[in-house]
Amino acid sequence: MSRVLERASAKLPSPSDWTFDLIDTYHTEIAKTARSFKLDTYPIQLEVITAEQMMDAYASVGMPVIYRHWSYGKQFIMTEKNYRRGHMGLAYEIVINSDPCIAYLMEENTMAMQALVIAHAAYGHNSFFKGNYLFRMWTDASSIIDYLVYARQFVSECEERHGEDAVEQLLDSCHALMNYGVDRYRRPQKRSLAQEISQREEREHHLQQQVNDLWRTLPRRSEPAAEAASRRFPSEPQENLLYFIEKNAPLLEPWQREVVRIVRKIGQYFYPQRQTQVMNEGWATFWHYTLLNTMYERGLLNDGFMIEWLSSHTSVIFQPPVGHRAYSGMNPYALGFAMYTDLKRICEAPTEEDRRWFPDFAGSDWLTTLDHAMRNFKDESFVGQFLSPKTMRDFRLFSIRDNEDEPELEVAAIHDDTGYQLLRESLSKQYDIGHREPDIQVWNVNMRGDRSLTLRHNQRNNRPLADDAQEVLKHVARLWGFDVHLESVDGKGHVNLRKTASAPRH
Amino acid sequence: MLQQIIDRRLSGKNKSIGNRERFLRRYRGQIRDAVRQAISGRGIRDLEKGEDITLPRRDVSEPVFGHAAGGNREYVHPGNKEFVRGDRIARPEGGGGGESGSGEADDQSQGEDDFVFRLTREEFMQVFFDDLALPHLIRTQLAEIPEWKSHRAGFTSDGTPNNLHVVRSMRGALARRIALGGDTRKELRRLEAHLLHLHQLLALPDADAADLNAQILATEAEIEQLRSTARHVPYIDPIDLRYRNRVKTPVPSAKAVMFCLMDVSGSMDEGRKDLSKRFFMLLYMFLTRHYDKIDLVFLRHHTQAQEVTEEEFFHATETGGTVVSSALVLMHEIVRARYPSNEWNIYGAQASDGDNWHQDSGRCREMLNDSILPLVRYYAYVQVAEAEQNLWQEYSQLEGVRPNFAMRKVTQVQDIFPVFRDLFKKEGTPS
Repeated sequence: MSRVLERASAKLPSPSDWTFDLIDTYHTEIAKTARSFKLDTYPIQLEVITAEQMMDAYASVGMPVIYRHWSYGKQFIMTEKNYRRGHMGLAYEIVINSDPCIAYLMEENTMAMQALVIAHAAYGHNSFFKGNYLFRMWTDASSIIDYLVYARQFVSECEERHGEDAVEQLLDSCHALMNYGVDRYRRPQKRSLAQEISQREEREHHLQQQVNDLWRTLPRRSEPAAEAASRRFPSEPQENLLYFIEKNAPLLEPWQREVVRIVRKIGQYFYPQRQTQVMNEGWATFWHYTLLNTMYERGLLNDGFMIEWLSSHTSVIFQPPVGHRAYSGMNPYALGFAMYTDLKRICEAPTEEDRRWFPDFAGSDWLTTLDHAMRNFKDESFVGQFLSPKTMRDFRLFSIRDNEDEPELEVAAIHDDTGYQLLRESLSKQYDIGHREPDIQVWNVNMRGDRSLTLRHNQRNNRPLADDAQEVLKHVARLWGFDVHLESVDGKGHVNLRKTASAPRH
Repeated sequence: MLQQIIDRRLSGKNKSIGNRERFLRRYRGQIRDAVRQAISGRGIRDLEKGEDITLPRRDVSEPVFGHAAGGNREYVHPGNKEFVRGDRIARPEGGGGGESGSGEADDQSQGEDDFVFRLTREEFMQVFFDDLALPHLIRTQLAEIPEWKSHRAGFTSDGTPNNLHVVRSMRGALARRIALGGDTRKELRRLEAHLLHLHQLLALPDADAADLNAQILATEAEIEQLRSTARHVPYIDPIDLRYRNRVKTPVPSAKAVMFCLMDVSGSMDEGRKDLSKRFFMLLYMFLTRHYDKIDLVFLRHHTQAQEVTEEEFFHATETGGTVVSSALVLMHEIVRARYPSNEWNIYGAQASDGDNWHQDSGRCREMLNDSILPLVRYYAYVQVAEAEQNLWQEYSQLEGVRPNFAMRKVTQVQDIFPVFRDLFKKEGTPS
């Protein structure tokens, strides 16, 4: 390789205890190695924290600061319990998609683990955050921390003014809909915090006025009766439930709309992460593996150091086979790592099969190909484009079809020539967020009658809703302020299920 | 190069405490029930401990829209050992997620577990004594060692550096600099104008150059002199410094004394003594936890009463006959000698099996009615035996008549906590 750095004159010291100087030394070397691979990252801010602080960050959806809510307390208790029992085997690492990118190092880690975390989080994840199109489109790394601080401040002011109970109930309801706060096909605006705040008041006023307008009780005489009857609201189904509620719920007060907005914004911030788990974790794992191995080849790292992080690495990328005690679906680390590694192999040493499957890039420069793959895809399309027959064989993938009308399950495809295409499609669909989560949209508002809101669930493959839906519906009713109905509609247009939640009494 | 390592270990400890508080607040009802149940089963030594609380998983779940089993699904799994395309497999039991463990199915199976977490000792005691208070406590008296509250009260020119008010000090410094430099600057301006004038004269054709040059030199020297004077006005001077002033004002504090009266006569067997001791233990923990300034007086009696220390009260054993009034007399004497009722909130709690010397019970009622109840805010009697003997009957005449008197029976360990809560519940709290 042309970009090989010269061989190091001496190995880096590797005691098991870390020091700030040592971290700095390692970081410098890792950064140098990363630059030789042209990894483009945000500036890096390493922060050393305690186990408790790490659990705290874990509990509050991985963010360094967030508004207070009981569910984070619950999460903390669960995390703490797992930690105490030693269930969490993974080296603790949290990295925040912000500019500068904050990566946490836990003080209990040994030096080798700190180096692993730096390579994994500060270079792997960081470059993914900066490069992947979903993150570029949906998140604004430079303002997220400011926004979270603002959100926390605002929520705590609301608690003081309106009582903790009122805020808690509102947040509960918003959280229930957090995954339904994204317009998938529209680009969000990027705003600085200052703009956010200055626009808030204006927005609150404006919104309230619009809502009032929508619910004007005096009928307009000029409007022909027929038109009024046929006028639908919303005119088209809306997929962004939280946005619809924020803008149109009749009874919400301005502060409540702002809280809905905050939850919606945070949900939107996590939207790319939910869709790039395999890619993101795989990318970070691939790069810590590549960076540390390159450093070893340069003679910087000694064998003990390598053994230590490799042992952690192998447990992270272990894919238990189906039926194994530890099996709980595909391991995104394992799949992602295997796919990037195989991509590199296809570029460097393509077989005849690879040339047939990947004529575009078999034998091309691997760095360019990987960079392209990282930037322009999400899990669904990444698997759809790049899952190679060899990877499917290595994982011994097979696909099971489960049709509730039939008494038995059917093996639809296995890792053979006839099955590759189907397996790939099937796995790709498994990562499609539209496939994983029920498709629920705002269907209609009864404008002239009881003001009830109707949500419509478009069933894919006749998959029914889980029982939780009734509970979620209650939350929707609390936000909407009037009755809420939910209809499940199958592919043929039959309504299979109706649920109703009545409005809470005021 | 842009890299920095920040040590955050010392900052933000216990950042999650607010979230935990909200979690506990949300499940207060269940937690309180669990705590009450735990208390009844505990020995007196273990009272002050944490407790594992179990909540049904269902109650702590956060609902979201999701899919249930059913419909047409297709799952990809790794680790194929024996299957080829078209194989048919029996559906796993429990309506499983297509295979022995797809991600979703796993979440659901976990869902059956209860949510268990541990209350710390602090939190346990907090819940335990929630809603309890000393009845009719009045905060009027200025104690002899009053409580002080610190207030902001303007600024002083004297204080400790941590109270330094920077803006105020700098404002003072600025004012002083303006005031002190005023004359100098006025003179300076005049001289500068004069200098300019001299230069202009020098430029005229008929100027007396030698004389003017001498004047210019003299003026310039004068200006230099003044400038150095102006420079010597200090930028900041000790007299500019202003400190935030804080004054202390005394605030009324609630002084309270609790009399604990326990019967240790022969009829009090081990079980009854244990009940009484548990009751007083609770009382003691409650009082020392909630009230910083509270005196406790321990009296125990058989035929005679004596004031004892806390240690003796709870742990020493002694027996004899019973004359309950002896304790009441002693209490009255102590009140008169040490706790004037206009300064102290006085409380009494008495535990006995009610087995009193026959003629004494009437006297007890009179003592209580005439001498003690007028002095105390609240007096509670706990009988640790079922049988209603003459003391119970005599005391019953007072109940309902005197609002600051209450009596209850405790016959089993489990009763202690409810009775205790009943006796000391906050006004306005439903029992």
